[in-house]
Amino acid sequence: MAPVAPRSGDAIFASVDRVNAELFTLTYGAIVRQLLTDLEEVEEVNKQLDQMGYNIGIRLVDEFLAKSNVSSCVDFKETAEVIAKVGFKMFLGVTASVTNWDADGTCCSIVLEDNPLVDFVELPDNCQGLYYCNILSGVIRGALEMVSMKTEITWARDMLRGDDAFELQVKLIKQVPEEYPYKDDE
Amino acid sequence: MGREVSESCVDSLLTEMVSTYSNRFYANKPDLAAHSIEAIGYQVGLQLSERYTMDRSRFGDHLEAIKFICKDFWSELFKKQIDNLKTNHRGTFVLQDTRFRWLSRMSIEPSENGDVPHNNPEAVTENKSTQVTRMHLNFPCGIIRGALSNLGIPCAVSADITNLPACSFVVRIKV
Repeated sequence: MAPVAPRSGDAIFASVDRVNAELFTLTYGAIVRQLLTDLEEVEEVNKQLDQMGYNIGIRLVDEFLAKSNVSSCVDFKETAEVIAKVGFKMFLGVTASVTNWDADGTCCSIVLEDNPLVDFVELPDNCQGLYYCNILSGVIRGALEMVSMKTEITWARDMLRGDDAFELQVKLIKQVPEEYPYKDDE
Repeated sequence: MGREVSESCVDSLLTEMVSTYSNRFYANKPDLAAHSIEAIGYQVGLQLSERYTMDRSRFGDHLEAIKFICKDFWSELFKKQIDNLKTNHRGTFVLQDTRFRWLSRMSIEPSENGDVPHNNPEAVTENKSTQVTRMHLNFPCGIIRGALSNLGIPCAVSADITNLPACSFVVRIKV
């Protein structure tokens, strides 16, 4: 079979079943709210959101690979670009950008200026430690783990905390099958 | 047209939410899991109903409000209306969706052509997948209760799935 060309995020998003984002946004908000009620500790809510995201990511990656026709990315740089341009677009309908690469090409930032998760959202004073969108970092971590990349993801900027964008710092810890060191001097 | 997201975002989120509560937080306390899932739905219903009724005048009676849920509200959420509405005229309404979208995405097993899986629905054993389905349905039940509550109608909502893939939501208005 001839190789199929990878599809753009826009093309995929145009072809999938879509729903009113309000339902998604309000449901996510209601989940966060209920977690805060049930778990009480903001730290624990952050952890659970990340875990939920991880569980979603390890499943969602199949749909991503099936619909996007992307072939193996040559390196982590290409992987990050594909997540930002194709992954975010095909699921959330928004595009992210990738910046702030370190010299080794193992750490970068995924920047999101438009984020449907936070429409209508404002954090009350007692939730200041909350990483409201922590599910997103979990999804990326889970999805990448399924393609053999172990990552650590942290929030560098958060619009709900007054920043001008959402910025996820994604650090590649190891690429599982090869397990070769990434640092040039090793 | 407002903002849209892929349907799999909603599906994944709902599946994971139900699994988090029923398998991780309250694995041995299904009542508590059901309560939290319903509460999440209630909050969503409350807010959606607030948004969808912004430009409307007040509903004259309960039936008008229920009809709004069956038509406009359901269409916004599922791109189709409730297929059948019944009432005993004493505060109980049965809203039937003959192909409820959130069930069609779940791995319940009605036979391929959509028939009822067993000849005698009464004999359906409460197997694992039925339990999972029931757990999921706490969410839309909560949505309906929240939506009606926002319209000033306190009620209890339960779901009946004896005729899969149809799903009936039974609304009992509290007087």
